[in-house]
Amino acid sequence: MTPKGVTLNTNSHKIKFARRFIRTLLKMRKNAPSSSSIEEIRKRSQRIKIAAYSSMAHAVGSRRAWSRAILFKLRNRARHHGMMRRRSMKKRVIKNDPPGDQSQTNKLRQLVPGGKAMDMCSLLEETAHYISCLSTQVKVMQTIADHLSK
Amino acid sequence: MSSRRSRQSGASRITDDQIIDLVSKLRQLVPEIQNRRSDKVSASKVLQETCNYIRSLHREVDDLSERLSQLLATIDADSAEAAIIRSLISQ
Repeated sequence: MTPKGVTLNTNSHKIKFARRFIRTLLKMRKNAPSSSSIEEIRKRSQRIKIAAYSSMAHAVGSRRAWSRAILFKLRNRARHHGMMRRRSMKKRVIKNDPPGDQSQTNKLRQLVPGGKAMDMCSLLEETAHYISCLSTQVKVMQTIADHLSK
Repeated sequence: MSSRRSRQSGASRITDDQIIDLVSKLRQLVPEIQNRRSDKVSASKVLQETCNYIRSLHREVDDLSERLSQLLATIDADSAEAAIIRSLISQ
Protein backbone atom coordinates (compact mmCIF):
# COMPACT_ATOMS: atom_id res chain seq x y z
CA MET A 1 0.00 0.00 0.00
CA THR A 2 1.61 3.21 -1.07
CA PRO A 3 0.51 6.39 0.67
CA LYS A 4 -0.89 9.09 -1.59
CA GLY A 5 0.66 12.48 -1.63
CA VAL A 6 4.13 11.17 -1.03
CA THR A 7 4.83 9.85 -4.49
CA LEU A 8 2.37 10.44 -7.25
CA ASN A 9 3.61 7.98 -9.82
CA THR A 10 4.87 5.05 -7.84
CA ASN A 11 3.46 2.57 -10.27
CA SER A 12 5.04 4.13 -13.31
CA HIS A 13 8.38 4.37 -11.48
CA LYS A 14 8.00 0.73 -10.55
CA ILE A 15 7.36 -0.43 -14.10
CA LYS A 16 9.99 1.80 -15.66
CA PHE A 17 12.53 0.60 -13.13
CA ALA A 18 11.57 -3.05 -13.64
CA ARG A 19 11.86 -2.91 -17.41
CA ARG A 20 15.20 -1.19 -17.40
CA PHE A 21 16.63 -3.36 -14.67
CA ILE A 22 15.46 -6.63 -16.25
CA ARG A 23 16.91 -5.62 -19.59
CA THR A 24 20.24 -4.93 -17.94
CA LEU A 25 20.11 -8.33 -16.26
CA LEU A 26 19.40 -10.03 -19.58
CA LYS A 27 22.36 -8.26 -21.14
CA MET A 28 24.55 -9.48 -18.30
CA ARG A 29 23.21 -12.97 -18.81
CA LYS A 30 24.26 -12.91 -22.45
CA ASN A 31 27.76 -11.79 -21.64
CA ALA A 32 28.20 -14.18 -18.76
CA PRO A 33 29.97 -17.49 -19.15
CA SER A 34 27.86 -20.52 -18.37
CA SER A 35 29.83 -21.55 -15.32
CA SER A 36 30.81 -18.78 -12.99
CA SER A 37 33.40 -18.79 -10.29
CA ILE A 38 32.66 -17.31 -6.90
CA GLU A 39 34.85 -14.37 -7.81
CA GLU A 40 32.80 -13.67 -10.92
CA ILE A 41 29.55 -13.99 -9.03
CA ARG A 42 30.75 -11.45 -6.53
CA LYS A 43 31.87 -9.01 -9.21
CA ARG A 44 28.56 -9.46 -10.96
CA SER A 45 26.58 -8.79 -7.82
CA GLN A 46 28.39 -5.47 -7.53
CA ARG A 47 27.39 -4.60 -11.09
CA ILE A 48 23.83 -5.71 -10.44
CA LYS A 49 23.67 -3.44 -7.42
CA ILE A 50 24.87 -0.48 -9.47
CA ALA A 51 22.40 -1.39 -12.20
CA ALA A 52 19.58 -1.37 -9.68
CA TYR A 53 20.35 2.11 -8.35
CA SER A 54 21.01 3.34 -11.86
CA SER A 55 17.74 1.95 -13.23
CA MET A 56 15.77 3.54 -10.44
CA ALA A 57 17.50 6.88 -10.91
CA HIS A 58 16.70 6.75 -14.62
CA ALA A 59 13.08 5.82 -13.93
CA VAL A 60 12.69 8.87 -11.72
CA GLY A 61 14.72 11.01 -14.09
CA SER A 62 15.85 14.50 -13.31
CA ARG A 63 12.71 15.35 -11.38
CA ARG A 64 14.34 14.78 -8.04
CA ALA A 65 17.57 16.04 -6.58
CA TRP A 66 18.53 12.61 -5.28
CA SER A 67 18.08 10.94 -8.67
CA ARG A 68 19.99 13.74 -10.36
CA ALA A 69 22.81 13.17 -7.88
CA ILE A 70 22.98 9.47 -8.76
CA LEU A 71 22.88 10.11 -12.50
CA PHE A 72 25.59 12.73 -12.15
CA LYS A 73 27.78 10.36 -10.17
CA LEU A 74 27.27 7.60 -12.73
CA ARG A 75 28.23 9.84 -15.61
CA ASN A 76 31.37 10.97 -13.84
CA ARG A 77 32.18 7.39 -13.05
CA ALA A 78 31.83 6.38 -16.68
CA ARG A 79 33.99 9.26 -17.72
CA HIS A 80 36.79 8.36 -15.35
CA HIS A 81 36.48 4.63 -15.72
CA GLY A 82 39.85 3.01 -15.37
CA MET A 83 41.43 5.95 -13.61
CA MET A 84 41.86 5.97 -9.88
CA ARG A 85 39.44 8.86 -9.52
CA ARG A 86 36.85 6.64 -7.89
CA ARG A 87 38.68 6.59 -4.61
CA SER A 88 38.90 10.32 -4.25
CA MET A 89 35.25 10.69 -5.09
CA LYS A 90 34.23 8.59 -2.13
CA LYS A 91 36.02 10.71 0.42
CA ARG A 92 33.99 13.77 1.08
CA VAL A 93 34.56 16.46 3.65
CA ILE A 94 31.54 17.06 5.81
CA LYS A 95 31.31 20.65 6.90
CA ASN A 96 30.31 21.63 10.42
CA ASP A 97 31.05 18.19 11.72
CA PRO A 98 33.17 17.91 14.85
CA PRO A 99 34.67 14.43 14.94
CA GLY A 100 32.77 11.91 17.04
CA ASP A 101 29.67 14.06 17.27
CA GLN A 102 27.70 13.69 14.10
CA SER A 103 24.15 14.95 14.25
CA GLN A 104 21.34 12.83 12.94
CA THR A 105 20.89 15.36 10.18
CA ASN A 106 24.42 14.84 8.93
CA LYS A 107 24.01 11.09 9.08
CA LEU A 108 20.91 11.46 6.94
CA ARG A 109 22.78 13.69 4.53
CA GLN A 110 25.29 10.94 3.98
CA LEU A 111 22.62 8.37 3.24
CA VAL A 112 20.52 10.33 0.77
CA PRO A 113 22.21 10.92 -2.60
CA GLY A 114 23.04 14.59 -2.99
CA GLY A 115 22.04 15.20 0.59
CA LYS A 116 25.09 17.18 1.52
CA ALA A 117 24.22 20.06 -0.76
CA MET A 118 20.58 20.36 0.28
CA ASP A 119 18.97 22.73 2.68
CA MET A 120 17.05 21.19 5.52
CA CYS A 121 13.63 21.50 3.95
CA SER A 122 14.69 19.90 0.67
CA LEU A 123 16.53 17.19 2.54
CA LEU A 124 13.35 16.10 4.30
CA GLU A 125 11.37 16.15 1.07
CA GLU A 126 13.98 14.24 -0.86
CA THR A 127 14.33 11.71 1.95
CA ALA A 128 10.65 10.84 1.84
CA HIS A 129 10.71 10.36 -1.91
CA TYR A 130 13.99 8.46 -1.80
CA ILE A 131 12.69 6.03 0.82
CA SER A 132 9.56 5.36 -1.16
CA CYS A 133 11.53 4.64 -4.35
CA LEU A 134 14.09 2.54 -2.48
CA SER A 135 11.39 0.32 -1.03
CA THR A 136 9.85 -0.03 -4.50
CA GLN A 137 13.27 -1.02 -5.80
CA VAL A 138 13.63 -3.65 -3.08
CA LYS A 139 10.16 -5.06 -3.75
CA VAL A 140 10.81 -5.39 -7.47
CA MET A 141 14.20 -7.04 -6.91
CA GLN A 142 12.53 -9.40 -4.47
CA THR A 143 9.86 -10.28 -7.00
CA ILE A 144 12.45 -10.97 -9.67
CA ALA A 145 14.53 -13.11 -7.33
CA ASP A 146 11.48 -15.09 -6.26
CA HIS A 147 10.47 -15.57 -9.87
CA LEU A 148 13.90 -16.91 -10.77
CA SER A 149 14.02 -19.19 -7.77
CA LYS A 150 11.03 -21.19 -8.87
CA MET B 1 23.85 6.70 19.34
CA SER B 2 24.57 10.24 20.53
CA SER B 3 21.77 11.60 22.61
CA ARG B 4 22.66 15.24 22.09
CA ARG B 5 19.66 17.01 20.68
CA SER B 6 19.08 20.03 18.53
CA ARG B 7 22.61 20.61 17.34
CA GLN B 8 21.59 22.18 14.09
CA SER B 9 24.16 23.06 11.50
CA GLY B 10 24.33 26.59 10.23
CA ALA B 11 21.25 28.61 9.53
CA SER B 12 18.87 25.77 8.72
CA ARG B 13 16.69 25.13 11.71
CA ILE B 14 13.78 22.76 11.58
CA THR B 15 10.51 24.54 12.10
CA ASP B 16 7.60 22.88 13.85
CA ASP B 17 5.62 22.73 10.65
CA GLN B 18 8.41 20.94 8.88
CA ILE B 19 8.67 18.44 11.70
CA ILE B 20 4.96 17.74 11.53
CA ASP B 21 5.15 17.40 7.78
CA LEU B 22 8.07 15.04 7.96
CA VAL B 23 6.57 12.96 10.72
CA SER B 24 3.37 12.42 8.82
CA LYS B 25 5.22 11.48 5.65
CA LEU B 26 7.80 9.25 7.28
CA ARG B 27 5.21 7.73 9.57
CA GLN B 28 3.65 6.07 6.61
CA LEU B 29 6.95 4.98 5.19
CA VAL B 30 9.06 3.88 8.13
CA PRO B 31 7.71 0.75 9.79
CA GLU B 32 9.34 1.47 13.13
CA ILE B 33 7.54 4.76 13.60
CA GLN B 34 4.20 3.40 12.40
CA ASN B 35 3.96 1.27 15.49
CA ARG B 36 4.34 4.09 17.92
CA ARG B 37 1.19 5.17 19.61
CA SER B 38 2.23 8.56 20.86
CA ASP B 39 1.60 11.44 18.54
CA LYS B 40 4.64 13.32 19.65
CA VAL B 41 7.77 11.86 18.17
CA SER B 42 10.91 13.91 18.59
CA ALA B 43 12.65 15.13 15.45
CA SER B 44 15.82 13.44 16.54
CA LYS B 45 14.04 10.12 16.90
CA VAL B 46 12.41 10.45 13.50
CA LEU B 47 15.75 11.20 11.86
CA GLN B 48 17.37 8.32 13.68
CA GLU B 49 14.73 5.83 12.63
CA THR B 50 14.82 7.17 9.10
CA CYS B 51 18.58 6.66 8.92
CA ASN B 52 18.22 3.14 10.28
CA TYR B 53 15.52 2.36 7.77
CA ILE B 54 17.55 3.67 4.83
CA ARG B 55 20.54 1.64 5.95
CA SER B 56 18.43 -1.51 6.20
CA LEU B 57 17.07 -0.89 2.70
CA HIS B 58 20.61 -0.52 1.37
CA ARG B 59 21.52 -3.82 3.01
CA GLU B 60 18.54 -5.49 1.41
CA VAL B 61 19.62 -4.22 -1.99
CA ASP B 62 23.07 -5.69 -1.37
CA ASP B 63 21.65 -9.07 -0.39
CA LEU B 64 19.24 -9.17 -3.29
CA SER B 65 22.02 -8.23 -5.71
CA GLU B 66 24.05 -11.17 -4.50
CA ARG B 67 21.08 -13.46 -4.79
CA LEU B 68 20.28 -12.25 -8.29
CA SER B 69 23.89 -12.70 -9.31
CA GLN B 70 23.71 -16.34 -8.34
CA LEU B 71 20.36 -16.81 -10.03
CA LEU B 72 21.36 -15.03 -13.21
CA ALA B 73 22.25 -18.22 -14.97
CA THR B 74 18.63 -19.35 -14.79
CA ILE B 75 17.06 -16.29 -16.39
CA ASP B 76 15.20 -17.16 -19.55
CA ALA B 77 15.05 -14.27 -21.97
CA ASP B 78 11.75 -15.04 -23.64
CA SER B 79 9.38 -15.48 -20.76
CA ALA B 80 11.20 -13.61 -18.01
CA GLU B 81 10.40 -10.01 -18.75
CA ALA B 82 6.72 -10.46 -19.59
CA ALA B 83 6.04 -12.72 -16.64
CA ILE B 84 7.79 -10.49 -14.15
CA ILE B 85 6.12 -7.31 -15.36
CA ARG B 86 2.77 -9.05 -15.24
CA SER B 87 3.23 -10.13 -11.66
CA LEU B 88 4.45 -6.67 -10.70
CA ILE B 89 1.38 -4.98 -12.16
CA SER B 90 -0.94 -7.29 -10.33
CA GLN B 91 0.68 -6.60 -6.96
